[in-house]
Amino acid sequence: MSTQNGNSQTGTWRVKVGLAQMLKGGVIMDVVTPEQAKIAEDAGACAVMALERVPADIRADGGVARMSDPGMIQRIMDTVSIPVMAKARIGHFVEAQILEAIGVDYIDESEVLTPADEAHHIYKHNFNVPFVCGCRNLGEALRRIGEGAAMMRTKGEAGTGDVVEAVRHARTVLGEIRRLQTMPEEELMTFAKSIGAPYELVKETRDLGRLPVVNFAAGGIATPADAALMMQLGVDGVFVGSGIFKSGDPAKRANAIVQAVTHFNDPKILAEISKDLGEPMVGINVRSLPEEEQLATRGW
Amino acid sequence: MTFHAPNLIEEPQPETGTTTVGVLALQGAFLEHINMLRRLGVRATPVRKPEELAPLDGLIIPGGESTTIGKLADRWGLIEPLRAFIAAGKPVWGTGAGLILLAKDIGHTPKKGGAHVEPNRLAVMDIKVDRNAFGRQVDSFEADLPADALPVGGTFPAVFIRAPRIEAVGAGVTPLLHLGDEVVAAVEGHIMVTTFHPELTDDPRLHQFFVEMVRNS
Repeated sequence: MSTQNGNSQTGTWRVKVGLAQMLKGGVIMDVVTPEQAKIAEDAGACAVMALERVPADIRADGGVARMSDPGMIQRIMDTVSIPVMAKARIGHFVEAQILEAIGVDYIDESEVLTPADEAHHIYKHNFNVPFVCGCRNLGEALRRIGEGAAMMRTKGEAGTGDVVEAVRHARTVLGEIRRLQTMPEEELMTFAKSIGAPYELVKETRDLGRLPVVNFAAGGIATPADAALMMQLGVDGVFVGSGIFKSGDPAKRANAIVQAVTHFNDPKILAEISKDLGEPMVGINVRSLPEEEQLATRGW
Repeated sequence: MTFHAPNLIEEPQPETGTTTVGVLALQGAFLEHINMLRRLGVRATPVRKPEELAPLDGLIIPGGESTTIGKLADRWGLIEPLRAFIAAGKPVWGTGAGLILLAKDIGHTPKKGGAHVEPNRLAVMDIKVDRNAFGRQVDSFEADLPADALPVGGTFPAVFIRAPRIEAVGAGVTPLLHLGDEVVAAVEGHIMVTTFHPELTDDPRLHQFFVEMVRNS
């Protein structure tokens, strides 16, 4: 929902997508305190995600995971000059209204929190603040964009430190786009029907040869090599959640992952920056997770 | 809903331009600038290392996060080579974060927990800038600017993303475009800055203007 003020307009699609374009080639880091936010900014993060618990802890603690305390988010916003994102539960449009009211720069309608609605997502065009949403495949991505998401991230499996699902979801989305590009026009409507996506967005994606918004990777990225792997697969940037502040030397690892996203195509530099980073986060093999504990399946 | 940053477009054929413009490609919206330049038939290359500056006739420093870009430039030894590039008279254009890197004075950004000090900047243009002065993302906006200063006038569709504000300009600085009373595009010699992002639009006039600066330098 854009707002006109004299000659100028806020909340337009172009400024929503535009901020995501400014974040490209960067790393967005999960932080739970102003001190961590400062470490992330000093390490070169292009934005931070303010939340009360990183996904690894949400997983360990169980229970209901909700929007973070707005006071805590506000303190993080007061500490850093880079953009601050925060998470709302799937379908919880009032949490989103609260996050918009305190002025966060992006809202993540996130499967990492416990869903508030098991059938519907937030109608994101109603907001001035832009939204990022998770996806596992092209249909899910285009449904979210249809609802107004101005940025996507492939979901991966948050809080595991296992990159396998991030790879699966990025390959699925990008592979479906490649398939779409070689498809004759008469097959597009049936393809749109089969993946449950708006036809106009299917056509636009085919014409662009990519998603019609910026697309980052998320969920399980723990090393500079993981980050560069996702970049080489074709995403525009990465989210790192538990992978930084659950590791032995967060500042050093955060900085190395930032360097890896810039120089993702240069193995010599990747080798140099991967040296002596200390202990990575302790991972959970996604295959050992029972299905009800997998976060990526949340989203409709 | 139109997205203005598709995949990288092909390099134009060599005969279409002898001018080569680099785009600093450490973080941010560098691909959008490269595409815009290529649409104008200009050779455009991403720059991540000092040695990649050598073949260039001009350089664009794109939008993105200025702290991130500055730290990366410092880490990969680009700050002094970039200053030398500019000192040699090669034209440079900063949009958004790029403007922050080029400004001599960005004041202080007082924050709880101490003032920000940023040594990782080029600080070559005589302007005073307040970073993110237009507010947070919910305040980001689009506006049509009077564009009489451009060879093809009319209005220019300007996109301001968490934009910096030019608070004061030095005697040698020529304002180029205004939003109301405020200077939002300016030139000092061979250095050009915009607080907004022409690379997010389909309007190539400012890129054309910069390319002419490069060709005439």
